[in-house]
Amino acid sequence: MSRNVSTTRRSVVTIAAWGIGFLIFFPILWTILTSFKTEGEAIASPPSFLFFDWTLDSYREVNSRSDYPRHFWNSVVISFGSTFLGLLIAIPAAWAMAFVPGKRTKDVLMWMLSTKMMPSVGVLIPMYLMFRDFGLLDTRTGLVIVLTLINLPIIVWMLYTYFREIPGEILEAARMDGASLRSELIYVLTPMAVPGIASTLLLNVILSWNEAFWTLNLTAANAAPLTAFIASYSSPEGLFYAKLSAASTMAIAPILILGWFSQKQLVRGLTFGAVK
Amino acid sequence: MATLNSRRAARLMISPAVLLLLAWMVVPLAMTIYFSMLRYNLLMPGMESWAGFDNYRWFLTDPAFFAAIGNTMKLVLGVLFITTVGGVLLALLLDQPFWGQGIVRVLVIAPFFVMPTVSALVWKNMFLNPVNGLFAHAAKALGLQPYDFLSHAPLASIIGIVAWQWLPFATLILLTALQSLDREQMDAAEMDGASPLQRFGYITLPHLGRSITVVILIQTIFLLSVFAEILVTTNGGPGTASTNLTYLVYAQSLLSFDVGMGSAGGVVAVILANIVAIFLMRMIGKNLER
Repeated sequence: MSRNVSTTRRSVVTIAAWGIGFLIFFPILWTILTSFKTEGEAIASPPSFLFFDWTLDSYREVNSRSDYPRHFWNSVVISFGSTFLGLLIAIPAAWAMAFVPGKRTKDVLMWMLSTKMMPSVGVLIPMYLMFRDFGLLDTRTGLVIVLTLINLPIIVWMLYTYFREIPGEILEAARMDGASLRSELIYVLTPMAVPGIASTLLLNVILSWNEAFWTLNLTAANAAPLTAFIASYSSPEGLFYAKLSAASTMAIAPILILGWFSQKQLVRGLTFGAVK
Repeated sequence: MATLNSRRAARLMISPAVLLLLAWMVVPLAMTIYFSMLRYNLLMPGMESWAGFDNYRWFLTDPAFFAAIGNTMKLVLGVLFITTVGGVLLALLLDQPFWGQGIVRVLVIAPFFVMPTVSALVWKNMFLNPVNGLFAHAAKALGLQPYDFLSHAPLASIIGIVAWQWLPFATLILLTALQSLDREQMDAAEMDGASPLQRFGYITLPHLGRSITVVILIQTIFLLSVFAEILVTTNGGPGTASTNLTYLVYAQSLLSFDVGMGSAGGVVAVILANIVAIFLMRMIGKNLER
């Protein structure tokens, strides 16, 4: 904050920025507010913003009617499962590419990225048929496999950009001081690698949580995560705004909180290190 | 320090990832190409027969295909325009010093974390609905006739919803780029008497150039395959008014069960996405050579 600006200018910018920030956030705020209304108040005209009888009825009803906990658990299993599996495969790969780069390392990285460019719909049918034949339709295992493959390039890339920043000299220094390979791994490398791995994990959980092509097309009732559960509200039934809002709030709250923590990593991860 | 041994170990460590991705890339895609040459309907199992390029001919001459290509382009370009122009303006605003920067940043980035089905349903019901939506309430309060967004302007509505989801992404990346701008250069230009507009045109915009390209290319990849937003708001309709290529292939294969046609559509989608991808790969490839 080294720039000196007049208080007037700062005030004007403050008002404008807060105004626009509020507008952009408003649909989410409105959903959260509506989730605490009764169905009648949710469609009242003119709508009330804060002065209504706050109630948790919609949350209770969503939970009792639709087995929300199961869909939530599906989302957790699928997003964390695919992320952990992805990390397990990607950590050795990214490690090797960052510390023992060969002539073709760059080509391999670019090729991995190119698999991400294939539109999902191009392989929808074979995946659907294979899943049908292997009995994987509507199973969490199936979705974990698909999401792992989809996100693997991003995981490798993110880890690679983080690992590349770990200076190799530090390893040599540790070795000169007589550290064994094992203690080198445990005391020197792991602490330096953990922050990068954690950011990668966070971003990928978010991406998997919100993935809405495969989760919608490959699940029915059993393995449906929250994306598919919410989609079941697309056919309206009587008064349902408050219930829709309650279900939506519960679906986005965990990831909204995780997301706010990962803002900085998000830029780096989604641009494959092109913008930092 | 890379010995022969460590090279071998490295290859061993990389191979699981490479083999898995290779399988993921080759197997289903080969199957799609194979299916696209068949007359194959899931409702008539055992009746598959060789069709050559018939599926492609039908798919590419179907009026729905042209509608879908047009809609895909409008969707991608519309959202790109709103998010890059809006993103640059918003990033410039948020880069100024003001009170509560952290909180406003959090508010602005929030829509990006909302899952597509939620944002589409919330917009469809609570804002765009012609009877109970907030926009309808506002119109009535102003004495206007409520407008039925999703039946009269389905594609524009979807563009709006998708742009709302992606504006935070563009803003966040451009803001990050702005923060790495050399302040001294800016101050020097100001002292030399450059107007704010000149400073923007000659310093800021060129500095943002690469980030804007990255934003455009990455968004294009995701926007080409917008799906959930269409599925839960309009189902591609009315007619094909809001059907994009992804949705058309989905409807063709999983609603009409026509595997052959759907696969041909899938191959077309892959080819189109690859044309875009080539540009993106070049961009990111350049960045690697630092």
